Amino acid sequence: MRIGVIGAGVVGALIARELCRYGIEVHLFEREEDVSFGVSKANSGVIHGCFHEKPGTTRARFCVEGNAEYTALARELDFPFKRIGAHVIAFNSDDVAALERLKAQGEEIGCAGLEIIDREEILSREPRVNPDVRAALWSPTVGIVEPWDVAIAAVENACANGLVLHLGTEVTGIRVTGGRVTGIATDAGGFSLDAVVNAAGLYADRVARMAGVDRPVLHPRRGEYILLDKQAAGTANSVLFPAPTNNSKGILVLPTVDGNILLGPTADDLPALSPDAAATSSVGLAAVVSGAKRLVPGLDPRLTIKTFAGVRPEPAGGEFVVGPTVVRGFYQAAGMRSPGLTAAPAVARYLSREIAAEFGLEEKSAFDPQRKSPPRFSELDEAARAALIEEDSSYGRIVCRCNEVTEGEIVAAIRRGARTVDGVKFRTRAGFGRCQGGFCTARILTILSRELGVPPEEVTVRGKDDRIVVGRVRP
Amino acid sequence: MKSYRTDVLVIGGGAAGLAAASAAAEAGRETILIEREDSPGGVLEQCIHPGFGVHRYREELTGPEFAARLVEELDASGAEVLTGRSVLAIDPKTRAVETVGPEGVRTIRPKAVVFATGARERPFGALRIPGPRPVGIFTAGLAQKLVNLHNLLPGRRALILGSGDIGLIMARRLHLEGVEVVGVLELKPFPGGLMRNVVQCLDDYEIPLHLSHTVIAVHGTKRLTGVTAARVDETGRPITGTAREFAVDTLILSVGLIPEAELIGRFVGLDPINRGPCVDSRWRTRAPWLFAAGNSVAVFDLVDTVAAAGESAGRFAARFAENDIPEVRKIPISRGENVLHLVPTEIDPGVPTLIHLRVPRPMQRAQVRIGEGIVSRRLIGVRPAEMVEVEVPVEAAEELAKLADVKVEVVEE
Ligand SMILES: Cc1cc2nc3c(=O)[nH]c(=O)nc-3n(C[C@H](O)[C@H](O)[C@H](O)COP(=O)(O)OP(=O)(O)OC[C@H]3O[C@@H](n4cnc5c(N)ncnc54)[C@H](O)[C@@H]3O)c2cc1C
Ligand SMILES: Cc1cc2nc3c(=O)[nH]c(=O)nc-3n(C[C@H](O)[C@H](O)[C@H](O)COP(=O)(O)OP(=O)(O)OC[C@H]3O[C@@H](n4cnc5c(N)ncnc54)[C@H](O)[C@@H]3O)c2cc1C
Repeated sequence: MRIGVIGAGVVGALIARELCRYGIEVHLFEREEDVSFGVSKANSGVIHGCFHEKPGTTRARFCVEGNAEYTALARELDFPFKRIGAHVIAFNSDDVAALERLKAQGEEIGCAGLEIIDREEILSREPRVNPDVRAALWSPTVGIVEPWDVAIAAVENACANGLVLHLGTEVTGIRVTGGRVTGIATDAGGFSLDAVVNAAGLYADRVARMAGVDRPVLHPRRGEYILLDKQAAGTANSVLFPAPTNNSKGILVLPTVDGNILLGPTADDLPALSPDAAATSSVGLAAVVSGAKRLVPGLDPRLTIKTFAGVRPEPAGGEFVVGPTVVRGFYQAAGMRSPGLTAAPAVARYLSREIAAEFGLEEKSAFDPQRKSPPRFSELDEAARAALIEEDSSYGRIVCRCNEVTEGEIVAAIRRGARTVDGVKFRTRAGFGRCQGGFCTARILTILSRELGVPPEEVTVRGKDDRIVVGRVRP
Repeated sequence: MKSYRTDVLVIGGGAAGLAAASAAAEAGRETILIEREDSPGGVLEQCIHPGFGVHRYREELTGPEFAARLVEELDASGAEVLTGRSVLAIDPKTRAVETVGPEGVRTIRPKAVVFATGARERPFGALRIPGPRPVGIFTAGLAQKLVNLHNLLPGRRALILGSGDIGLIMARRLHLEGVEVVGVLELKPFPGGLMRNVVQCLDDYEIPLHLSHTVIAVHGTKRLTGVTAARVDETGRPITGTAREFAVDTLILSVGLIPEAELIGRFVGLDPINRGPCVDSRWRTRAPWLFAAGNSVAVFDLVDTVAAAGESAGRFAARFAENDIPEVRKIPISRGENVLHLVPTEIDPGVPTLIHLRVPRPMQRAQVRIGEGIVSRRLIGVRPAEMVEVEVPVEAAEELAKLADVKVEVVEE
């Protein structure tokens, strides 16, 4: 049995890992140079409490299950996950009524611990919240992750369990013979496969059409963000939501796992998916500032270190498209809009079981669910640091001063698969701090060039055609 | 864990730190200097153009030449230099300084510290310019490092945003290395850098300078393909209908430096405009054992000033390490009209004080007034790029001490 998963975002990564439990040959195809360079790279990173979801929907079901799974998943895959909880902030009686509705809805779908707290209580927990606050809905199960950590960890663990990873490989066609999948075509040649899973994010509609399947119908919805320096720590201690509007959960203010403050996202429906769909706009960034300031009026936008945008694959009708299709052997985990990150572990579990049932697969005992993340110098105590440097002195060389990332960590990231500057950045956080690579880019370029055995002019930021430098000054 | 003691510890081996360490060691104190890079010199190492040292050495040196002189002085002084080692934390209670390098983790317990970590460049993200995130946008210092130290060319056709000195120098450097530099944009109605740099770096090579202009969008999904610029009004807002396109693959940003003072900001307090620690006439911060100098305090114009500041901080740190400088009642000074950067922010009446300040706009004739004219100095042709220095003698400080509120102001005449 040979199965292919298309897309190494958080959804495809977790599906591939689940499939590795069955002792079959699993291939993961990703057209980018690294995992998690798609939707999974730019989002809020919130493991939602799910109280925003309508009872009876696939979103509600997978979200609640996924949220519950994150504690164990983070332990198995060794990625940082913090259940810091969330507050939905109400400013007027309409908002308060909305909190009541959210609470009732959340309780109906099984979201634990929801509680409405009064003004004094919210201000004591979140002293920087707008003093006009009337009440807040507290959801203790909400957590935060760096979303790419989840995908990277899942792929590493899957690879240790036999996954074959094809990076920089675009699926261009799906072979269907007699109503069943027999293989795929890629820009790196064809593969015979018994089953294919479509986890292609924003492109899942195109991949579905390759198999002759007419769902999902997707449209892009952009969300813009502003990231503040760690000096803004304390702006929010939990995830702060406004009372919800029709098509989104609103502009949030939240701490990141790394200790920065994230503001956003907006929600703009785009006419079509263009290469620059993930561009920020002056209107959008202004909306992020004003939305965030409504929640925390004193926040300081001058602490901005970065702006970015993500694009949601919005399915027509709003529901995830998860499960088998009319084409036998062709499965989908598509239309994974928010809360897709939260839902991903549950979707992966469900889909792999469906496939196992259909093909009569059995879990193999050799599967090892544990993965150990490489050491992160900044988080170690002094004794651990000393021991690490003793073993390998490159852990004593700080390359990224803002986030205290050492050369040893960068080399480890490259040995674990990073091939680009962004690959190093997402795995180690080097270049992710307040100077945004001003100090360390030249060093990272040198290390990548040395480790990959290519001249510096060939080192790219994200992949093909985006080399950092164009040549030598002198030969 | 290995732990060491010393009288004076200097953090950062740029111009400020090198001068500080020499001065402290010359004063007879045991001194250690810690530098993160493999060799000292700081930002000077990548400034291969001439223009350094006119005041200090009465010669025009390149950055590396200037640094080499400081290193020679340091070697003669007997201070110990540890390179390839970074300071990660300073404990304000015990003064334990945590450092890391390839030889391991070391804690140093000094009697006094001189903080001289320099400044970082304001990144593109901080400008909140809309658009996609293509490759090809560099801060000027990074571009300078790539070209001058790594022999790597950042692009073929470049636009420069910001006419600060680094931007001007890079316009010339890139032009000389065969990059087509299509222009320099400046938000303000006057250039940000020194006039001599405008002439020598732009005019001499016919590189256009567009004043009152800024970038309003960048284009390109992989590599930068172009930049939209527009004219701005007096408040810095883009004027509709003035947008123009520049087809470039490289955007170089010279949009400001920010003191690297996060290591100490938590316990000494940062000045909101300088963005570095508040210091007094002896370069002493609010922690009595902690001195600071150079670009980590505020961004200075000339390396000569930075080196002089380092020297002074090093000397006082040595004094403190020898026998605590007594805490005197300091005179806080505040900004009046037309004052941006202001160093120091407190006058120690026991020593003469050199006040450094920047004005927000060029002025033909003006007067600096401190404490309603107790100290004053006439200025002719003063510009934001150049720091103004005013001396406050000890006798004047005694007079200032009698005032309830001491303001520094620049009155245009
Ligand atoms: C602004 C925003 C905020 C969000 N906030 C949250 C949140 O806080 N919490 C939450 O739970 N969810 C959130 N989400 C949703 C969440 O980010 C997504 O559901 C999730 O990341 C989707 O993962 P994915 O693996 O399906 O897609 P992706 O990460 O896009 O992965 C799909 C991959 O498929 C690859 N691919 C596509 N076509 C091909 C092909 N033909 N051949 C090979 N490879 C191909 C792509 O390159 C891509 O890497 C948010 C989304 C956005 C945009
Ligand atoms: C492009 C450019 C052109 C210039 N042109 C001129 C000119 O023509 N004439 C002129 O007079 N001046 C010029 N200057 C200004 C002058 O070079 C600077 O003001 C001066 O060099 C700053 O010195 P510094 O010691 O404050 O900082 P830096 O030189 O930045 O030194 C700080 C040092 O501290 C180290 N450090 C930082 N943090 C740590 C830590 N935690 N642990 C260990 N080490 C650390 C850094 O690695 C660095 O070496 C120019 C500056 C630039 C950038």
